[in-house]
This record gives sequence, C-alpha cells and structure tokens, in this order.
Amino acid sequence: MDIHEYQAKERFRLAGIPVPPGEIATTPEEAETIATKYGGTVVVKAQVHSGGRGKAGGVQLAKDAAEAKEHAAAILGMDINGLTVEKVLVTPAEDIDTEAYVGVLVDRKKRAATFMVSAEGGVDIEHVSAETPELIRKLTVDPRYGILPHQAYWLANFLYDDPSLIKQASEIIAQLYDAFVSSGASMAEINPLITTSAGEVKAIDAKMSIDDSELFRRPDVEAMRDTSCEPASEIKAREAGLSYVKLDGDVGCCVNGAGLAMATMDLVKYYGGEPANFLDIGGSSNPDKVVAALEIITSDPNVKAILFNIFGGITRCDDVAKGIVEATKRIDIGPPIVIRLTGTNEELALEILEDAGFSAFTSMDAVVEKAVELAAGGA
Amino acid sequence: MSIFIDNDTKLVVQGITGRDGSFHTLQMMEYGTKVVAGVTPGKGGQSFEGPDGETVPIFNAMDEAVAETGADTSVIYVPPAFAAGAILEAADSGVSLVVAITEGVPVLDMVRAHAFARDKGVRVLGPNCPGLISPGQSKVGILPGQIVTEGPIGLVSRSGTLTYEAVFQLTSAGLGQTTCVGIGGDPLIGTNFIDCLEAFEADPETTGVVMLGEIGGTDEQEAAVYVSASMSKPVVGFIAGQTAPPGRRMGHAGAIISGSAGTAEEKMKAFEENGIAVAKRPADLVALIQDALN
Repeated sequence: MDIHEYQAKERFRLAGIPVPPGEIATTPEEAETIATKYGGTVVVKAQVHSGGRGKAGGVQLAKDAAEAKEHAAAILGMDINGLTVEKVLVTPAEDIDTEAYVGVLVDRKKRAATFMVSAEGGVDIEHVSAETPELIRKLTVDPRYGILPHQAYWLANFLYDDPSLIKQASEIIAQLYDAFVSSGASMAEINPLITTSAGEVKAIDAKMSIDDSELFRRPDVEAMRDTSCEPASEIKAREAGLSYVKLDGDVGCCVNGAGLAMATMDLVKYYGGEPANFLDIGGSSNPDKVVAALEIITSDPNVKAILFNIFGGITRCDDVAKGIVEATKRIDIGPPIVIRLTGTNEELALEILEDAGFSAFTSMDAVVEKAVELAAGGA
Repeated sequence: MSIFIDNDTKLVVQGITGRDGSFHTLQMMEYGTKVVAGVTPGKGGQSFEGPDGETVPIFNAMDEAVAETGADTSVIYVPPAFAAGAILEAADSGVSLVVAITEGVPVLDMVRAHAFARDKGVRVLGPNCPGLISPGQSKVGILPGQIVTEGPIGLVSRSGTLTYEAVFQLTSAGLGQTTCVGIGGDPLIGTNFIDCLEAFEADPETTGVVMLGEIGGTDEQEAAVYVSASMSKPVVGFIAGQTAPPGRRMGHAGAIISGSAGTAEEKMKAFEENGIAVAKRPADLVALIQDALN
C-alpha cells in the first residue's frame, strides 16, 4: 500500500525526524487560509500516489496566500500519471542549501533492509544508481542489531563534511530506520534531505510504501489508506480477499494462483484477445469468494466473455464449482462463461457443473481460445 | 534420486489441526509421505488420524516433536501472523528443511526468520509456496500428487498452480519428474532458482530442468547466468506476466515490475542469451524439453 507524502511525514515526525510543518487542503480557499497562517513563501504540493509530481506541474512555489490559492486551484483536479489530485499539502518554503538522498528498502537479494544514500538528492535515484553508482553508498542492515550508530554515521559521513551536519544526518538515518520498521514499510525515502544556510538538516519530502501483509497488525497505518486512488472494483476485491487488477481488455479472467493467472492473461493475448483483468481467487477458496469474483468481473462493462481456469491444489475444484453455480443463481451474468477445472476434487466439481448445465474444459489452451472467440463475437 | 526430499524424509506438520493443515496432511499421507508428527500448541498429547486409521502424535512444540520422532523436515500451514514464529521454532528444532506454505507473512518478519535459519544452517523453502514433491517417494506441501509421475525432469517454479499446469503437461507427454519444487511468490524466499538448479545439476537422475519464472526481481536473470556458466544439463523456461502492467502487484507479493526492472521481456532475453529455450506458452514446454534432451 502506498501512502501520501503528508502521511509519510506524519510517520517521520513520530520517529523524531525534523520535518517542516504542513497542512492539507482540498479547496483553493483552504490552501489560502493555511498559507496566510504560515505567512511568507509556501510550497503547494499535489498529494497523489505517483512519482514525477514536480515534472507534471504538481509542485508550485507561492510567494503569498493569494498565489497559494491560485496554485491550489490549478493543481486540485489535475491529472498526474492517470491519477486525479484531490488534496494538496501546503508547507512553508525552506531555504535550501544542499539536497541529498536517503532511502531504505527491503532488498530481495540480500533478504534484508538496505540503506542507500547519495549527496545527489532531489533527482531520480534510479538514474543516479545507473549512471553514477560511485555517488551512492549502500549498507545492508543486520536484522539482529538494526542500524548501529557507527553505521548511520558512516552513511552520513558520505553526505557531508561538516561535523554538525554529519551528526544531524546520522540521527535522521537511525530515525528513518525506526519509522520504516514501526510502519511495516517495504520502502521509505527522504528525497531531498536538505541542509539550510542556518546549518539545519531536514526532510522536505517523504515517500513510503507499506507491506500489505503488515496491515492486519497496524490499524494506525491501515487507517492511512486512501481509497479515492483505487477503482471501486479493486476495493471490493480487496474486501472480498481477492487479488484483482483491472486491465483494458474484454476477456474476464478468474484463475486460482497468481502465476497461472498471469500465464492465462498471456495466453489470452497469444490467441489474439486482450485480458480484462488479473484475478486470483487464492487458495482455500470458498463459494462466497467465487460469487464475489464474478460480481467484480461482471461490473466491468468491457467484459464480453468470462473464463475460469482452475487447477486445484490447495483450492478444491468442488468449492469453485459450487461457487460458480451459486453465483449464477444469485446474480444475472450477461457474458458467456467458459470453465476449465482440473486437480483436487476434480470429479466432484465436474458432477456439480454438469448437474447445473455447464460443460467444463480440461485444457487451458482450449478454454482460452474459446473465451477469446466468444469475446470477439463468435458463437 | 531426487532433490531435498525422498523416501526417507520424516515430516512434522506445523498447524496439523487447521482446515488446510489437516486436509493436506491426509493428502500427503495418502501419497505415501512419512508424516511422523504434528504440532499445534495446546493440543499436545492428542493424535491425528491418517487415511488408513494410522495415528500421528500431536505435540505442543517442535523440539518435542523432533526429539520423540526424529523428524528431519517440517511443513508449515499456520496463519500469517504466526508463520514466521513457526519458521523460527522449526529452524531451532533440529530439522534441516522447513517448507513454509503460508501466504501473507510480513516481509520484515521474514528478514529475521531467513537470517536466523541461515545461521542455523537450515534450508527454508518459501514462504508462499506450494512445497515440493519427489514422485513415487514423498510430497511435502500442497502439490496434487495425481499429476506427477517418476522420470528424469527437474522442475522449479515461483508459482503454485502454474507448476501444476506444467507438470500435468509433462506427465501427459510421458515425461516424468525427479522432483518438482515451488520456491514461492514472495519477495524474500529462502531457496531460490540457483539453489534448485545446483541440486538438480548434482542429482544423477535428473537429465533436464524446466524453470518457470515470473515478473519481479532478478532471480531468473541470475539463474540464467548460472545455467550457462555452471550447468551441463539442458534447461528450458517460461516467464509469466508478459501482459502485466508495470507498478502493479500481480497477486504474488513479489510479482511486480518496479520502474523498468523485472519485466517478462528482460527475463526472457536473459534466458535466451544464456542458452535457455523459452516457451511462448506453457503448452510449448514439452516440445522444448524434448528437443533439448535429444
């Protein structure tokens, strides 16, 4: 789960990281009021789950409250990489001397949290990493100890020469690790970490992604979820415990297992069709989940045919078959359904489907080809 | 022969009394796996009834189960909140292989669990994996036993059901397997492609390997380099997620294209550059491995 900059800043403040004040506005008038309160120059920043906000014109400097109102009016409702801006953060402008980058993420290869710092802040760190890796210092954190003081110092010492700046940055690096762990994050970054001409080190931007598997035990973080950023169908899927991603095609896919679901989408494309979605009904499936899956797939008006591809392992085919039969009783399903079921409890499943008047395929290629043909208007 | 598990594997099931744990324990016993113990805290002293009325003792803790039964492998079917704890307990109990089926284990819990298991010299498979099966010998996890058959092919995959699909096609074509291993769909997994490829290379009965990858991370790319540098046996592959949009998690926590990294295209290219024939669809794997073996 991604959270907004202002939310990540709240997590940072809790960990003690120096972050300038800021408030959220959803109207130009609110932005004006906040800017009046701070006085002086402010920054108006779009709050969307997307990088490249600055490039898209979503971050503007305003020299007074009237200008803050104007900028907020322009930014609110703006489309940034397909996302509509519904909130702006209004924050006092800082007197920036230097800009650095400090980030921590879970490194798949090291199987551990890894810090990355660079004196080249305020730019895309992936770019710095690819072009000038010598400008980046990395440190993998041993989970037994967390980040140790001399390690935070070693990272900070790569960013600055001034002892006071190094000391402040060391603390911020340790605090960032605390914020990362206590939020159940998979990534947390400060870009840029600035120094001011008064010799202070501050985080003026904040980005954090939360590991979805942490949310069950972190209600305070779960409360930061902004559902206005998600399609209604994806919210419904999450509530039903399904993994669903909406795509633009017309062949609805309902598959058990993520790998097979991806391979099924790829096969739809192979046979000349376009998948309407990724949907994994998951393991230990019960009939209610299948009902929810069909409701979600049929809520997409583009869907012209629905295919089931179920290979039973932990999922029992008879559960899925019961779900399909029950769903077709409960809701009116317009598009034709084609089904492939094989694996655990396959015989039971085929009996249930035959009794209900469905015929089932046993090959993945056959069912996908049929679904593509039906979506294209074939009989 | 086989890798990681065989006829002698003595298994303890953590979470044996749960819905999935009990269902799959029966399936494993029917297949012939030697299930010697179960662990469910608070149910020690009870027993689990196998498919033919045999009884499997249940213990409160892993150390008791291992001490009493000599179990060498554990499989975990406990809920996500307790799964990392179960892995730690297993890694500290004396078993040498821990197979974690559970999906949705917090990643930071796994950072600790993987480090601990590594220090103890214990192999973790998964989490979020279907386990493994050595046809005719033993199955640990949830792979359906009826689709595999004994033979010379090694199979390694990040997926569960896609593995079943590929195995089913191999078996239908008369190509049996030495061992089929599902390494798991999480970003942090204990056993990766290279670990399995090394084991298959060393297994005298495996003559060729099928490798099923997916979007996200660089495991497949590194495995491809390993194949061309260190393997004498042919490897063929498939990558799922060619139609996946960037930045979206495709079900598996680890299946995500970050920026421009981890795409299916990049992985297929790495396969081809390193002499791994790439199937356009799962149905083509059979012909590719047959070609490679000839």
